[in-house]
Amino acid sequence: MQKLLLLGDEAIAQGAIDAGISGVYAYPGTPSTEIMEYVQASTEAKQGTIHALWSANEKTAMEAALGMSYTGKRAIVCMKHVGMNVAADAFVNSAITGANGGLLIVAADDPSMHSSQNEQDSRFYGKFAFVPILEPSNQQEAYDMTRYGFELSEKMQIPVVMRITTRLAHSRTGVALQEKRKQNEIKLPENLRQFVLLPAIARKQYNELLAKQPKLENASQESGYTKYIDGSDKKLGIIACGIGYNYLMENFQDEKLNHPVLKVGQYPIPASLIQKLYDACNEILVLEDGFPIVEEALRGTLNNGKKIHGRLDGSLPRVGELDPNNVGESLGKKTVSGAAIPELVKNRPPKLCDGCSHHDSLTALNEALGTYTKGRVFGDIGCYTLSALKPLEAINSTVDMGASITMALGASDAGLHPAVAVIGDSTFTHSGMTGLLDAVNNNTPVTILILDNSTTGMTGGQKSSALGRIESICTGIGVDPNHIRVLKPLHNQHEENVAIIKEELEYKGVSVIIPRRECIQTLARRMRAKAKK
Amino acid sequence: MKKNIILAGVGGQGILSIAACIGFASLEEDLFLKQAEVHGMSQRGGAVQSHLRISSNEIASDLIPEGKADLIIAVEPMEALRYLPMLAKDGWIITSTNPFINIPDYPETATIMAELEKQKNIVTIDADQIAQDCGNVKSANMVVFGASTPFLGLKIESVETAIKKLFGSKGENVVETNLKAARAGYEQAIKQK
Repeated sequence: MQKLLLLGDEAIAQGAIDAGISGVYAYPGTPSTEIMEYVQASTEAKQGTIHALWSANEKTAMEAALGMSYTGKRAIVCMKHVGMNVAADAFVNSAITGANGGLLIVAADDPSMHSSQNEQDSRFYGKFAFVPILEPSNQQEAYDMTRYGFELSEKMQIPVVMRITTRLAHSRTGVALQEKRKQNEIKLPENLRQFVLLPAIARKQYNELLAKQPKLENASQESGYTKYIDGSDKKLGIIACGIGYNYLMENFQDEKLNHPVLKVGQYPIPASLIQKLYDACNEILVLEDGFPIVEEALRGTLNNGKKIHGRLDGSLPRVGELDPNNVGESLGKKTVSGAAIPELVKNRPPKLCDGCSHHDSLTALNEALGTYTKGRVFGDIGCYTLSALKPLEAINSTVDMGASITMALGASDAGLHPAVAVIGDSTFTHSGMTGLLDAVNNNTPVTILILDNSTTGMTGGQKSSALGRIESICTGIGVDPNHIRVLKPLHNQHEENVAIIKEELEYKGVSVIIPRRECIQTLARRMRAKAKK
Repeated sequence: MKKNIILAGVGGQGILSIAACIGFASLEEDLFLKQAEVHGMSQRGGAVQSHLRISSNEIASDLIPEGKADLIIAVEPMEALRYLPMLAKDGWIITSTNPFINIPDYPETATIMAELEKQKNIVTIDADQIAQDCGNVKSANMVVFGASTPFLGLKIESVETAIKKLFGSKGENVVETNLKAARAGYEQAIKQK
């Protein structure tokens, strides 16, 4: 059997290729980005037998994947956890339409917020939409479950969620591969109204979706991904979800684990297995990375049953990711620690690269805003978010993709002038364009800087959907061409750039300023590739 | 055989190349391996670390428990000290002595050196100078990698195969420079072990 050294993300990508997908849809987002990148580098994608191109955002990705599923072919759609919020409309309704070809949604959660603005748990979305969730504990399971996910999706005619967390996504290990399956041929749904969610049809299909739930519980048990492992020490029973199982086992490397364990890799968890553990044991400990979802369900509102330990009673921290240490402590194990960090060690936070165009753009903005009171700049998601920190301290908000423009609109409506939005090129096409349309329709006085570094920078330089067309998009939406100003963010053009920004800040209408200079990282990569040739 | 290794440095300094070399060498010897990397926002000039675990038995956790690291391999001296809580009582530190100064409050180099000297098991290397002498300062990470090899328990043949595998596509000269750098690092470490 062939074994490859793969990241969790790559294991999912290879699993999807081997499961016979016809397409992968995604918008870059840590920690999910490498799934698409791995498929893009595959022979299948290069030969054009698998569609593997970035989408404008997670919602368009989800809908395109659903369209492929409609034709009977298999599709995977990948995003970070907050991408699920963007895709939610399509995702939740896809549970009502059901799937035709296998449809797998990968949601990569980021507990501890290594690269995110919240630590929401995508298992919540799976439950919300009444679809099965797969949660691998390691990279091999991630590979195997991807294949199984497509089988389950086709058998039950339902989209399936695979939920992973940062540690699994970005950890590498040997993964054994299975034989490749052929792609499906086009075979449209037998019922051509299946995907028409008119209320009369949706009501019927919603009932069918609910009726599937007991079968989904059975599937969790039949697959073996959720299983009961008996033990003699019934003082404590342990429910270990996903990667929590690894941290549990890490604490039993030198001794036998005698407690009964319910290893959870597939949801809905069969009630019979929970009942078995609950009846057999005096107390229960729940290990789950992310929200205390299983723990909360088990406790109930009144919490008047047996003692349930986990994140809610302080056995584990309420926030942040699980690790071998906090899991060890929840089991009453003594953990050791090395020496303390010497005081001389200083924090080294991430920052903009030397030579980054954002630095020049925002230095110019700061100077142009010099005479106004502080707190007028609404930021967005991207490398330039780092400009909230010293030395630039250039932005005053970062909420979600596209919120810079729309929050600036609201502030302007409230009477804040000038109100400024700072957004990157890729974020602009992800979710900024509709906000710009609002601004144009209402002729809101707002100054929008679209920092164009011609790539999706923070996630490592993926193709930007905005490439080469920002001005035409803005004029198409209706921005007055006289107030679309393109700058070259360079140190030696600083004075000129400040003057242009000042002019537009004073304008009482919609103005768009586009500082344009390639990302220093993609430029360096391009130069290296050129030198190689 | 089981080794828990913390790789430390600053984003862009090439700790993932060291991880890849240890990974390839471990595969040569049919060992189990888990390597947790840092991607995304923290890569931008910030402190980065990678947890690397190799073992003759299957490995459970992707993360190394605190106080259980056998080795800290650092390409930057202040970063070596950042992960002391991870280091086992009898663990070793292998670090470059060349500071990477990209923050305004970076401590005096002498203070850092004094702190490093307090450590019981440590190998300190002027990796930039050695790499320069070997032909290219960019191989400094391979000097540090070479210096860690006496502590890894991997065969020298596996280590050389790994370097050839990693740099093979860049031509024979690059492979040779990096092999030379790793060997020079190894020699230095042997003297200090």
